[in-house]
Amino acid sequence: MTDHNGQTAGTGRAPSPPNRLRALVGVFFTIVLTFVGLTAVTFVISRVMPVDPVLAIVGDRASQEVYDQVYLRLGLDQPIWVQYLRYINSLLHGDLGTSIMTGQTVMSDIARFFPATLELATVATLLGVFVGIPMGVVAAVNQGRWPDHVVRVVGLIGYSVPVFWLGLVALLVFYAKLGWTGGPGRVEVYFDGIVEPYTGVLLLDAALAGEWEVFRNAVSHLILPATLLGTFSLAYVARMTRSFMLDQLGQEYILTARVKGVSEFRVIWGHAFRNVLVQLITIIGLTYASLLEGSVLTETVFAWPGIGSYITRGLFNNDMNAVLGGTIVVGACFVGINMLSDVLYRLVDPRAR
Amino acid sequence: MPATESQGLRAWLMSDAPASAWQARAQRIYLSWRVFARNPIAMTGLFIVGGLIVMAILAPWITHSSGLDPVLDERLQPWSAQHWLGTDELGRDIYDRIVWGSRITLYIVALVGIIVVPLGLLIGTLAGYMGGVVDNVLMRITDIFLAFPRLILALAFVATLGRGLENAILAIALTTWSPYARIARAEALTIRNSEFILAARVAGASTLGILLRHVVPLCASSVIVRLTLDMAGIILTAAGLGFLGLGAQPPTPEWGAMISSGRQFLLDQWWVPTVPGIAIFIVSLGFNLLGDGLRDVLDPKREGG
Amino acid sequence: MKHRLYRWFISTLCVFALSAHAATPKDTFVMAKDISDIITLDPAEVFELTTGEIIANIYDRVMMFEPENLTELTGGVVESWSFSDDGKTILFTMRPGLTFHSGNPVTPEDVTYSLQRVVKLNKTPAFIITQFGWNADNVDELVKVVDDSKFSVTITEDFSPALVLNALSAGVASVVDKKLVMEHEQDGDLGYEWLKTNSAGSGAFALQTWKANELVSMTANENYRHGAPGMKRVIVRHVAEPSAQRLLIEKGDVDMARNLTPDQIKGVEGNADVVIDGYPKGTIVYMAANASHPILGNPKVVEALRYLVDYDGMANSFLAGQFVVHQAFWPSGLWAALDDKPYTYDVQKAKALLAEAGYGDGFKIRIDTLTNAPFPGLAQSIQATLAKAGIESEIVTAEGKTLWPIYRARKHEILLARWSPDYVDPHSNADAFAHNPDNREEAKLTGVLAWRNAWADDAANALAVKARNETDVAARKEQYLELQRMLQNIGPFVIMYQQNEQVARRTDVEGFVSGSNFVLVFYRNVTK
Repeated sequence: MTDHNGQTAGTGRAPSPPNRLRALVGVFFTIVLTFVGLTAVTFVISRVMPVDPVLAIVGDRASQEVYDQVYLRLGLDQPIWVQYLRYINSLLHGDLGTSIMTGQTVMSDIARFFPATLELATVATLLGVFVGIPMGVVAAVNQGRWPDHVVRVVGLIGYSVPVFWLGLVALLVFYAKLGWTGGPGRVEVYFDGIVEPYTGVLLLDAALAGEWEVFRNAVSHLILPATLLGTFSLAYVARMTRSFMLDQLGQEYILTARVKGVSEFRVIWGHAFRNVLVQLITIIGLTYASLLEGSVLTETVFAWPGIGSYITRGLFNNDMNAVLGGTIVVGACFVGINMLSDVLYRLVDPRAR
Repeated sequence: MPATESQGLRAWLMSDAPASAWQARAQRIYLSWRVFARNPIAMTGLFIVGGLIVMAILAPWITHSSGLDPVLDERLQPWSAQHWLGTDELGRDIYDRIVWGSRITLYIVALVGIIVVPLGLLIGTLAGYMGGVVDNVLMRITDIFLAFPRLILALAFVATLGRGLENAILAIALTTWSPYARIARAEALTIRNSEFILAARVAGASTLGILLRHVVPLCASSVIVRLTLDMAGIILTAAGLGFLGLGAQPPTPEWGAMISSGRQFLLDQWWVPTVPGIAIFIVSLGFNLLGDGLRDVLDPKREGG
Repeated sequence: MKHRLYRWFISTLCVFALSAHAATPKDTFVMAKDISDIITLDPAEVFELTTGEIIANIYDRVMMFEPENLTELTGGVVESWSFSDDGKTILFTMRPGLTFHSGNPVTPEDVTYSLQRVVKLNKTPAFIITQFGWNADNVDELVKVVDDSKFSVTITEDFSPALVLNALSAGVASVVDKKLVMEHEQDGDLGYEWLKTNSAGSGAFALQTWKANELVSMTANENYRHGAPGMKRVIVRHVAEPSAQRLLIEKGDVDMARNLTPDQIKGVEGNADVVIDGYPKGTIVYMAANASHPILGNPKVVEALRYLVDYDGMANSFLAGQFVVHQAFWPSGLWAALDDKPYTYDVQKAKALLAEAGYGDGFKIRIDTLTNAPFPGLAQSIQATLAKAGIESEIVTAEGKTLWPIYRARKHEILLARWSPDYVDPHSNADAFAHNPDNREEAKLTGVLAWRNAWADDAANALAVKARNETDVAARKEQYLELQRMLQNIGPFVIMYQQNEQVARRTDVEGFVSGSNFVLVFYRNVTK
């Protein structure tokens, strides 16, 4: 689901200063090319699928006459490259077509579903960062001793758990048996529509509107899926932090600092940790991007109305506009975040300079 | 094994002056193994994966049924002497299904490995070795696949190819090969101008020959480590596809599909979805532990990555 | 450091504790249901179970059934009606004083507009009324306003008058607010885009919002002709997972759960806060054998299949309580239903039939079916019983959206699916199961199940038409019974079960009514 190795989508060549502009142009070129590829692959998949977009609209019992009428309206009689160019053309005009499932434009659907995923992935990443980094640091400082082993095993466990299964079990325990958290969904339905969706991120909207009851309800629903999703990013962040810290702790300046009598706390947090921050940002960017797309199963289990379940449902319902639009948006974010952390890394990392 | 012979073998393996290239290679493997064997985490992983393989091989002898036929009057029974892990919603023995399912899990990881490694190696080494336009084109394609949301791409592929285990495997493979191409390319880049390659070229070896004989073997260790670590991800993705109903079709005892059909029973017959969940967890943990250990042994520099 | 962590942990726990649920609001009825089948709420296009039910609560139709008596067809927006001598024209008189949610009065103009709109838009369910001989060119002539309180409809085909009245109780006969709809018309679309997500009716509830795959919420029409509904607000919450529905109902986070499986029903039975009600439904579960398949085309083989289903075994285990054995195409409990069950699970008989057909050694076949319960269980059980007679089968599951194209293109072999009548008249099912006037591939009668299975029979066709047109009620009933018997013997269908909907509700919720058809589900008497 996630690229364990943390490869970035960029090319990985470290440019010398005069070449930086050229490198940035190169990055831009890569982005454009990647997007063309992304849309082309998705489009081709959606068109060779053995499913019938017309039937998805007219339903099972429609007569042939009704069927043909919709077939022409969708432009399915055109060759595939014409259909693709038409799609790209309207995409560039900000039009992703209309979703069959929702009867709304795909744009407005995405505007509605994407913030839900964003909310989930953000909270999960924050959890991963604030728990994972200290874990990684502790492991590195105690390399080879038991805290290190514990962190390592916890990390491996985080990688190994089938999230959709753990989600079911967690719902059973924390919602059904203990009653500590909210159940499936984003918020109880009778709270729906109370808060005006300014940002679409329910927590923010509720807080802005001062609707603390809604806020609390939303938090209680968010806590389980976010924790589960966070486990994965926690494992990754902890592991990478450990390895970066080990690199730093082996450096000479650390030894010098220690000889000078700087306190151990300052050596670790003030010196070593400061130097791994940039690398960590890259890693956090990567987990964030992968959580955006990796939340499909979590969203399914928790009935979370996010972009992942939107795409999945689109696939099941032959709603190709929804699938195309959703995939392109998620893919765009994925590429965007990867590129951003790649560029950031190259601009800031002392070794790349 | 007689002690003397064992000592003799050991002495041969530990000898300071290997008599042949073959002995030297055997020594390297043996030394790696000693490092590996001292690592409890890695050994646990090896034990789990080994157990899975043994279970799959012995399946016909350690089960009572094929785990496929419904027995409608024995539905949803709890653990008992007769049904060690209870029965599922159609009265099938869950233990039997888990055991037979181990074959499917192995089938998945093996097949994905067989597709992904050669594909990744081919594209990566070709790109790295040839350079120029070939490199650019191949790497852009790789980038596109890397940029794709993987699970969603796998979903789309399965939807295109049709549901079923083989199609799920193909879909996973199609979304997994790109990192291997990158690894292989990086290795190929570092050695393409080294002297022994030049020598081989002067000696008239073909490009393909050089790639296969010199470049590919050098990538092997990083690829193996990467593959072992990926196994857990592959198992989880396959289970996820099964959970969404896109993988193995009923009545196949694929573990993800078992969770999916069993989730309705979580409240009253919790064992039905829980047992396959634990099975998936243990096996992917096994592969992760093994991969982690292998990395320490084969690839000590790349700790963590 | 440790201290702070501890405090953080405690405060997190507090959040958990505070979140302990509150019950649903007193004036709101919250129902958990899988509503993923909603794609539009325009009555001219609605053709799915959930939407059929929802628009039945939003729109009054020309003819209706009422919750007080689910078997008596009465006037909806009309008070009375009379037939012309030839039986082809019906003159309807409106109920006086009805208003739409908008406040506009309900006039004959609105009714004729609604029917004409369905015919002109010609969406999927339009056939229910276009079968009377109406089309875009003649409908303005055949459906017309007579005066301020009357309108008339004329049919050009020889249909039984009872059938016409029944068809006018279907969703397509919903009366929309012409004035309001026309205000939202774009490019002559008769308000099609707007009505997808809005409502313009005169029923017990008005649509507030529909968020696809999240919820449908409705507000009460305080001026409804039967008085204000019991609840101010009805929310249908999308919960796809039956297990999640069960959690919600047990916690009191919803008032009703609609899609529990038999095993979950058994599980909640011990809960004193939850009551289970059963409602016989018109939905039929059947196995179809494609007659164009070289082996399945042999009637002896299909007959053997009828003996290779463990009807009772499944009905008493994983289908218990929700599906009862039923073997004729028109559901039990409705007028002219046939309750004979001539077939039982009998491997010996099946083997003999297969041997007679020349397949004593069995054969290989593919079973296509749906992914949702009970179909995978059904398919696996049938796979096992088929194997007893040497028939080896492979199961392929798919969502309806993927399965139907296969079915409509006659590319299936054996297929397990369900069917519910479009309106409460046996013609609805007879037309689908028995009547295939043109079996050619090019005819593309894709809406007809008999055609999809490449099956046609002259006697069955003749009888289906005869029963459709019969004006004598008793004779008509006999004809439908005979047609059902005929299909039981020679049809390409193995009809197995009829659905019994089991609904879990909180004990304080009362007055929910659910009839055999989706237009017979009523929210307006619900109180709590």
